[in-house]
Amino acid sequence: MTLFYVFGAVAVVASLLVIAQRNPIYSVLLLIASFGALSGLYVLLEAPFVAVIQIIVYAGAIMVLFLFVVMLLNAPHEQTEQDERSFALMRSGPMRFGGFLAVALALELIWALSNGRGLGVLGPGAGPASVASIGRSLFTDYAFAFEVTSVLILVAMVGAVVLARRGE
Amino acid sequence: MMPSLNEYLMLSAVLFAIGTAGVFVRRNLITILLSIEIMLNAVNLTFVAFGRALGSVDGQIIVFFVMTVAAAEAAVGLAIVISLYRHRESLNPDSFTSLKW
Amino acid sequence: MTPLLIAQIVLTLFVFVMLLNSAAIMVYVERKVAAMLQQRLGPYLVGPKGLLQPLADVVKLMFKEELRPRAADALLFALAPVISATCAFAAFAVVPFGAQTTLFGLLNTPLRLQVADVNVAVLVIFAIASMSVYGIVLAGWSSNSKYSLLGGLRSSAQMISYELSYGLALASVLILGNSLSLSDIVNRQGGSWLGLLPRWFVFVQPIGFLIYMTAGIAETNRAPFDFPEAEQELVAGYHTEYSSMSFAMFFLAEYINMVTVSAVATDLFLGGWHGPFLPESLGWIWFLVKVAAILFFYVWMRWTLPRYRYDQLMRFGWKILLPVSVLNLLATAAGVLYFRG
Repeated sequence: MTLFYVFGAVAVVASLLVIAQRNPIYSVLLLIASFGALSGLYVLLEAPFVAVIQIIVYAGAIMVLFLFVVMLLNAPHEQTEQDERSFALMRSGPMRFGGFLAVALALELIWALSNGRGLGVLGPGAGPASVASIGRSLFTDYAFAFEVTSVLILVAMVGAVVLARRGE
Repeated sequence: MMPSLNEYLMLSAVLFAIGTAGVFVRRNLITILLSIEIMLNAVNLTFVAFGRALGSVDGQIIVFFVMTVAAAEAAVGLAIVISLYRHRESLNPDSFTSLKW
Repeated sequence: MTPLLIAQIVLTLFVFVMLLNSAAIMVYVERKVAAMLQQRLGPYLVGPKGLLQPLADVVKLMFKEELRPRAADALLFALAPVISATCAFAAFAVVPFGAQTTLFGLLNTPLRLQVADVNVAVLVIFAIASMSVYGIVLAGWSSNSKYSLLGGLRSSAQMISYELSYGLALASVLILGNSLSLSDIVNRQGGSWLGLLPRWFVFVQPIGFLIYMTAGIAETNRAPFDFPEAEQELVAGYHTEYSSMSFAMFFLAEYINMVTVSAVATDLFLGGWHGPFLPESLGWIWFLVKVAAILFFYVWMRWTLPRYRYDQLMRFGWKILLPVSVLNLLATAAGVLYFRG
């Protein structure tokens, strides 16, 4: 139980710092910390395969991609110098409205969830899902989606290479 | 005492709201993409929590597909960011206001 | 505090200390073997036959001044060696190095000689290998110097390129072993065919073993794939600006990564702790012998082969090793389907 709160707190705090940091490299590293906490939550939810895949794919591949792009572009800090010291809700115009909308969304969702039918305590469950059962389901029930995903990745690869090439 | 499904869903809602705040508030293309990743992760957590509550493995399979889509989207999104930066030397979305390239 | 829990805590500490020792031993072995290959003496002054040389090296490194370039990003500069060293140690946590033992009957339930027995152990090793890229790329970036940045980016690009072949070689073994848990895979390799040839996976998957070793050498940035840290080319690559204990941590991380790759290769391909003439409970001796053989091979390769140029290295990884590993996976799957029905 306490592990849930620890991982949850780390995930929330790291995500808040991601959107509050000025330096993009720190944002990427904090997001990796948040993904690590989420991976711990998946282990608590008896999904070890998803937890490890989260580290391999998200924290180990996608974030490396982000880090490379930030380093290669030498991404500057944001230019909103005059608003640097103020909290998001107190900045001018669209930012204040955007921050307010996000807080409103959070409050509404939490209200909706706490007024719900009481979705109940998680029962003892069937034990950690074995990779074999995931594989079996992927290749039988979801076989079409699986194959389409491979085409999606191919398209993304070709698209990324073409888009990032220096035009001739 | 195990945390109930409600608590997982609330955590996921908070993370989703944080991601949304990031997309609205930040003025840096890369941070906006990072906030989108936060939102996708919040959704992943919801799926896994429901999969666990309903006792089926389908939640984890959907997460598998969401991760794949997120990877593809991050790759293409970053390629677009790179080509935009090459053109306008800025990562602020406000500087891409005119339709003329 | 059951006896099993105490034994597990002692085992964890034991593995940690043994890994540190293995790094020290590797320092000595590398220099002595290099000397033998180059027909000279190597360290022989400090202690009998130079055996205390690693101790002298550690003391020297501890007394050096800890430098930090003024323009370096302080937090990331300090964090990078920590990430490298932590990932190196963490990867060994799921590697089993011996059969289950009851410690001569002291324990009621047998103790697995493995720090953490997860049933997705192979994936955990792969995950931690992906995380160790960050130590290098952050070291290169935070030093704020040309050589470090180039070395860091090249090294991390090399590591993520060879991770693909590494993963596919692992997947081929997983098809044979039918499980993601390293203990199960080792247990499948007990016994022998016709009483002569042990059932190690290296005899069924020779190409897979070669791919795994090649990708492992590239992952650990060792020769002939060590262009990013080559002394003649880039001063010292990503750890140019580091000195004293931070440098020692990178050094330590490299050697422990070598040990981990060798240990995983032993478990997956060479039958782990199974071997003739010794009972199961002494299997860890065979494990040590096999790991030592692979580590000797590592050192031998470094001082024998010339290093790949960076573009040759990347070309090899993407255009040659990756297709070969995909074909190997297909052939393994076809073979398993045919022979196991």
